[in-house]
Amino acid sequence: MGLFDKLKSALTKTKDVLRTDVRDLLKAGEILDEQNLEKFHRGLITTDMGVAAAGEIVDELKEKFGGRTVQPDEIWDIVKNKLKEILRGEGDCRWDITDPLSPLQMADEGLSVILVCGVNGAGKTTSIAKLASFLQKSGKTVLLAAGDTFRAAAVEQLTLWAGRLGCEIVTGEHEADPASVAYQGVDRALEAGADVAIIDTAGRLQTHQNLMQELGKIHRVIGNRLEGAPHETLLVLDATTGQNGLSQASKFSDAAGCTGIVLAKLDGTAKGGVVVAIRQQMGIPVKYVGVGEQLDDLELFSPDEFVDALFAET
Amino acid sequence: MFEGITNSLGDALGGLRGGRLTEGNIREGMSKVRQALLEADVNYDIATEFTDRITEQATGDKVLKSLKPEEQIVGIVYQELVQLMGPVDHEITLRRGEVTVLMMCGLQGSGKTTTCGKLAKMLRDEGAKPMLVAADLQRPAAIEQLKVIGQQIDVPVYSEDPASSSPLQVCVNGRKAANQQGRDILILDTAGRLHIDDELMRELEQIDNKLMPHQVLLVCDAMTGQDAVKSAKAFNEALEIDGVILTKLDGDTRGGAALSVKGVTGVPIKYIGVGEQLDRLERFHPERMAQRILGQGDLATLMETAARALDSEEMELQQQKMMEGKFTLDDFLKAMQQMKKMGPMKSLMKMIPGMGQIAGAMDEMGDEMDPDKDVRRVEAMIQSMTLDERQNPERIDRSRRNRIAQGSGTDPADINDLLKQFKGMSGMMQKMAGMSVKDRMREIQKVGSEAMDPAGPMRREKQRSKRGPADKNSVRDKRKQERQRAKQARKKNKRRK
Ligand SMILES: Nc1nc2c(ncn2[C@@H]2O[C@H](COP(=O)(O)OP(=O)(O)OP(=O)(O)O)[C@@H](O)[C@H]2O)c(=O)[nH]1
Ligand SMILES: Nc1nc2c(ncn2[C@@H]2O[C@H](COP(=O)(O)OP(=O)(O)OP(=O)(O)O)[C@@H](O)[C@H]2O)c(=O)[nH]1
Ligand SMILES: [Mg+2]
Ligand SMILES: [Mg+2]
Repeated sequence: MGLFDKLKSALTKTKDVLRTDVRDLLKAGEILDEQNLEKFHRGLITTDMGVAAAGEIVDELKEKFGGRTVQPDEIWDIVKNKLKEILRGEGDCRWDITDPLSPLQMADEGLSVILVCGVNGAGKTTSIAKLASFLQKSGKTVLLAAGDTFRAAAVEQLTLWAGRLGCEIVTGEHEADPASVAYQGVDRALEAGADVAIIDTAGRLQTHQNLMQELGKIHRVIGNRLEGAPHETLLVLDATTGQNGLSQASKFSDAAGCTGIVLAKLDGTAKGGVVVAIRQQMGIPVKYVGVGEQLDDLELFSPDEFVDALFAET
Repeated sequence: MFEGITNSLGDALGGLRGGRLTEGNIREGMSKVRQALLEADVNYDIATEFTDRITEQATGDKVLKSLKPEEQIVGIVYQELVQLMGPVDHEITLRRGEVTVLMMCGLQGSGKTTTCGKLAKMLRDEGAKPMLVAADLQRPAAIEQLKVIGQQIDVPVYSEDPASSSPLQVCVNGRKAANQQGRDILILDTAGRLHIDDELMRELEQIDNKLMPHQVLLVCDAMTGQDAVKSAKAFNEALEIDGVILTKLDGDTRGGAALSVKGVTGVPIKYIGVGEQLDRLERFHPERMAQRILGQGDLATLMETAARALDSEEMELQQQKMMEGKFTLDDFLKAMQQMKKMGPMKSLMKMIPGMGQIAGAMDEMGDEMDPDKDVRRVEAMIQSMTLDERQNPERIDRSRRNRIAQGSGTDPADINDLLKQFKGMSGMMQKMAGMSVKDRMREIQKVGSEAMDPAGPMRREKQRSKRGPADKNSVRDKRKQERQRAKQARKKNKRRK
């Protein structure tokens, strides 16, 4: 299945709901009055894009088309373009379909390190496995470091994935210092001449200051071992997340300087709209989307297709 | 949680408190509340209906012309909140000679496996003999995860080799094993799945039909946005869930999902998860939650936390020492360590009436205003003292003071402050400890009753019939049995189809 088809099929159910929510709201020939705008607002809120972004769009529509006869296509174009523009940003991130690694910042030469963080259960460990598979397919050798030394059987989970991928993994004892596991991971990857080291971390809620400090330390220690590392710090965000996503993006960035987002679990009915607000307010781009639990269920993010698929007709 | 809602409600209601109440400014206040609810991820329709209902009641003559309309409005909001989230029945009935089966289900990563462990621990601590079943044969290391958790809480885990078993088979055999081993509660940990995944949903229905769990519990992540009601609805339609467990409420999520799920599915939240550790599960009380949302604290939960976390013998010993004026810095250290077991200071503060906003402000200020940091500092200071110094602080002279400061990475002046404060404090403690238990309870009740009655003037109207508690229980039991019977009948029909 091609990328667009896959993303689209992942969003099919989403659209069914959305269609009744949003698409049908604007019928040609109707007047765009307060009531219609309110219904439209409801539809936008349902995508989790947030009160601010939704409000902005509705205000703009009201200004441009308020009281006039609705031309659905024209309005949709404006809404979609606005969303695409926000998600695309100002050239700070590239999504090249012919090069699945294009959004990743890599070291000019030698080892690149990717640190992966996020709240509990977001999909970090699974996304790491998928990303590793992506990298392997592009001919890179990958090493994983099991930096979650806290959660029950977290190390075993990543070890199983490493086995399936056939890649090396560095682990520490249960309750070992995660920063030291990260350090050893980078160390070993350098020694083994791997192209990419991916560091898993324990899930943590962004309000737990000691855990966020621990993450900061992991980030620092990686940099101590290899200058310029980690080259990427990816925040894994669960697509079902609502407005708390903003707090996650902001506080994880404070602790570890997030350079990109992996939007996991986009194969459900959630729309993941909060990434629009995150991109708008914090500038962090979505780099990949997760659309299932298997190794192949990772896709390169595409702002255009994300928005189009979100509002596609069938 | 809920701070956002609390603040905006506070603003809106505070605004109402200021000027003269008119229909206009009530509507305005309520539209702000709606905005805040949406920002907190409350379902769009629920938010709208909720504020509409309040506006309608609040703009009635009865309220506007009453003596204290703003109090009346707070009362209305309280009642509406309670109604939105409740009522809840936490009971898990055990029957002699029968294994009570609880089934967990939910989306991927919502917290099912961890919650299985928490619930098993809670039930075990209350005298039950639970057993866990590893029915997730899908996710890598899921069985291992449950086994580790079972070990941590000393509860047996039934599992089978995933290569030659199926989720249904593990559950069926798990029940047999529970019967044989004389366990009375069986908790099924199922794999995470999407509510739109027909195949996996059918698998759950099969387990549901075959084992007829006494309760099916949906585990739901509190950070979920507008999708929460969609998935809850789908799970409910497939399985007729009995309750929701809302997890990860220890963060800063505004928890709007909590306000929406019951409204959309009719299924109440029964438990909330407030941390990764296996003792971080609480029963959910709509009344208490409504009080917290209205910024009025939650003393009841605070007391329960204290009763659970604190070592009562140790506490009694300390009390005795206080009364006799023998309370030393060493005891103080122990007391602080006990306190820490109850959770972060700020989350405790939020349960004390009127302290929530202060704690909220501290949150905003981040690291600088972290009471736990102060606690850690004081701890370090005392830990740097010798046992003798802790018991006889008057012996701490300048050179000792410098040593202690160095050992704890603080300033000698800090040590001085601590010693001074401790001296003042012990006097006060002696007085407090001198009060009879009754007097102290009375004090607490006084604070409590003021705080716990936000309904105030509304209460009389809503008062229930005066039937005694025994009566109420039996009515509830009967209703429950009827529900159970109806459910089983429904399931039988379903199977016949
Ligand atoms: N449907 C779906 N499920 C996913 C996706 N990504 C991860 N999952 C599932 O989500 C659950 C949690 O994933 P993990 O990778 O363990 O999440 P984590 O963030 O590492 O969790 P912790 O380490 O416990 O904080 C697992 O059941 C995964 O199979 C996705 O894109 N789609
Ligand atoms: N902070 C916090 N973390 C929690 C809570 N409940 C569960 N978690 C964490 O959330 C993550 C996912 O929990 P699991 O119990 O593995 O979730 P699950 O639903 O069994 O996941 P799958 O089986 O993969 O679908 C783990 O990191 C848990 O430690 C909670 O109340 N608070
Ligand atoms: Mg993990
Ligand atoms: Mg699980």
